[in-house]
Amino acid sequence: MSSPRVLFCNCTYAQVVPAEVKATVLRKLCESGVAFDAVADLCELSARKDASMKSLADGNPVKIAACFPRAVKWLFASAGAPLKPEATEVLNMRVQPADEVVAALFRPELQANLPVGKVTAGDAPKAEVAT
Amino acid sequence: MSLTSQTTLRVVLYEGAGSQPMAPEDRFAAIHALLSQGFAVTRATGQGMPAPASRNQLLVVGQFDGGLAPAAEDAAGEIPLRFEDITELDASGIAAKAETVRVETGAAKHGEWKPWFPVIDYDRCTNCMQCLSFCLFGVYGVDEEKQIQAQNHDNCKTNCPACSRVCPEAAIMFPKYKAGPINGDLVSSADLQREKMKVDISALLGGDVYSLLRDRSEKAKSRFSKERDSDKALKERQKCLVKLAAMGDIPPEVLMSLPSLEEIARKSKEAKAKAESALAGRATA
Repeated sequence: MSSPRVLFCNCTYAQVVPAEVKATVLRKLCESGVAFDAVADLCELSARKDASMKSLADGNPVKIAACFPRAVKWLFASAGAPLKPEATEVLNMRVQPADEVVAALFRPELQANLPVGKVTAGDAPKAEVAT
Repeated sequence: MSLTSQTTLRVVLYEGAGSQPMAPEDRFAAIHALLSQGFAVTRATGQGMPAPASRNQLLVVGQFDGGLAPAAEDAAGEIPLRFEDITELDASGIAAKAETVRVETGAAKHGEWKPWFPVIDYDRCTNCMQCLSFCLFGVYGVDEEKQIQAQNHDNCKTNCPACSRVCPEAAIMFPKYKAGPINGDLVSSADLQREKMKVDISALLGGDVYSLLRDRSEKAKSRFSKERDSDKALKERQKCLVKLAAMGDIPPEVLMSLPSLEEIARKSKEAKAKAESALAGRATA
């Protein structure tokens, strides 16, 4: 399995993620040699159905530093880019301390943690139709 | 132009062959400045694998050898590429450069819309259409299989989580909301019980929350117009709005922007018809 991609969400337009946690995680990513993607706001990406979300959800392992795994799971699904539960680890910067998030991001192995419910993200709605 | 049809500009901070890596502190400052302006940023190095480029435009910035940005283009001709050297620029200069390119390329401006909209947890959703019936702003619709979905994200009223309050399964999230389970935190059985109670209360009130809110708001306005002491009137008004807002955690500005009773009735009827049609469509499918 290839090393996980990293996605960092800055949640720029809200104050729900502690600023010091976001800054510490981003700083550590910048100090490292890893390539990564950072987005201003994952919600905005989802609303725009940004094609880069499909690239991130293509089945290769991905670690996402953002907010609650349940929210991240369905933000991707609603953008038509369902994440693979076995290949996704979400770090929750709303509740996890920065050190914990950073340690998990740089850990070589991936600890999949998307909530798995009665249906999978693949069951999410298909193309839009006029209503 | 809709959110999904606008192009966006992604900035690639290139630090591979043919360029000089940035100092970590400068890199942090640059990426932080770009994110603060709403840009998506890919840090590309010789190690690791960032997400492949999307259909959107790319601005590739780097401290290129000799201070000269390469004149390259996408071999497939699919992605508009632009290179800029940033050797002499600080973080704010890099962000300003990105903004200039964004304007020149006609890419979407970030930050004009706070991304606030319902995200449906289909592990929980039973497709009951209560959200579609409830929302007056046309945020919800159905897909080709008559499954509920959020369609018009930018119609949603910022900071208003009211539709999540009528969902009997706590299936509607607003990731930027302050508390669980609406923010995406796991749903507990206590949460479900609370949601059920709210729906019951709504039914007891006649099932038309909007009319109730509007009615109370009108009564309050009438009372204030007769009030001579403007300070006292203002205090009363604030008190009343706080009460109304607390009923569903609805921002006062949303309450104040509610349309007339006739308009509410019309929109409500339309939304209910949409919901009934969707449910009927699923039943016959």
